[in-house]
Amino acid sequence: MKTLAELQAIKEKMKNKVVLREGGEAIRVVVGMATCGISAGARPVLNTLVEEVNNSGLASKVTVSQTGCIGLCQYEPIVEIIEAGKEKVTYVKIDAEKAKRIVKEHLDGGKVVTEFTIANQNA
Amino acid sequence: MKELSLNILDIAENSVKAKATLTEILLDETDNRLTLTIKDNGCGMTAEILANVTDPFCTTRTTRKVGLGLPFLKLQAEQTGGNLKIASKYIDDFPQEHGTTVTATFNKNHIDYTPLGDVVSSIITLIHGHPDTDFLFLHKLCSKEISLDTRQVREILGDIPLNSFEVIKWIEEYLKEQYSEN
Repeated sequence: MKTLAELQAIKEKMKNKVVLREGGEAIRVVVGMATCGISAGARPVLNTLVEEVNNSGLASKVTVSQTGCIGLCQYEPIVEIIEAGKEKVTYVKIDAEKAKRIVKEHLDGGKVVTEFTIANQNA
Repeated sequence: MKELSLNILDIAENSVKAKATLTEILLDETDNRLTLTIKDNGCGMTAEILANVTDPFCTTRTTRKVGLGLPFLKLQAEQTGGNLKIASKYIDDFPQEHGTTVTATFNKNHIDYTPLGDVVSSIITLIHGHPDTDFLFLHKLCSKEISLDTRQVREILGDIPLNSFEVIKWIEEYLKEQYSEN
């Protein structure tokens, strides 16, 4: 049975982590979460990214965040990867399985999954 | 929208954008009826905007001139024989007590009823995206009530962000456990 008291333990554990995190956030992952994104399936994409980034031990350098309408509603769910010094990568029509590959191959492996990028779409 | 829980996620975003410090998401469910209320203490809307807000061509978004959040919810309520009501107090007219309340009712037994779906997932997504505002979630079922108040969580956590992975996972489990209890 989960109790609010357990949060106290999480707090103690987190205190050290917060210090570790400072300075090292190199990659931002942004998911479009407006009406268009949500109706196209952005919710499981976001939650998969959050889960996989943490399970892969990437949380110290990758943050996953939400944004509104990116303006390309027909390509939703859209995931953008923003990294200092590199060109932004825009992934389109992403689902939970594709999100897992992005975490593994791009965020962890450093290699863009070109088959999912907007540059690779015909229409 | 394939699930009403996705509408909840979508509509609650409006509350956050209206600078609400507290957004209440209330589900009151019986065997044949569901009432969804999303109530916030944000800036509210002027009478003019309120009158047009379920028009798809009325939107706060800047990327295009169409907004489908409330029109979708209205359609989904009305197609079950239910309805959508919106009340709002604009901050300039009501400096003390302002905000918007959206209430949608659904007949659950109607063939065009959209299932509620994964409401826990929507709640954690909202908290993940907006860790600095508070959410009160209450789901009243015939046999039990499921609830979460992020103000309580925040009080215990202090300055630990609510969208920390460990906290999000805890909230997810906390809600799931309440649903699975007898």
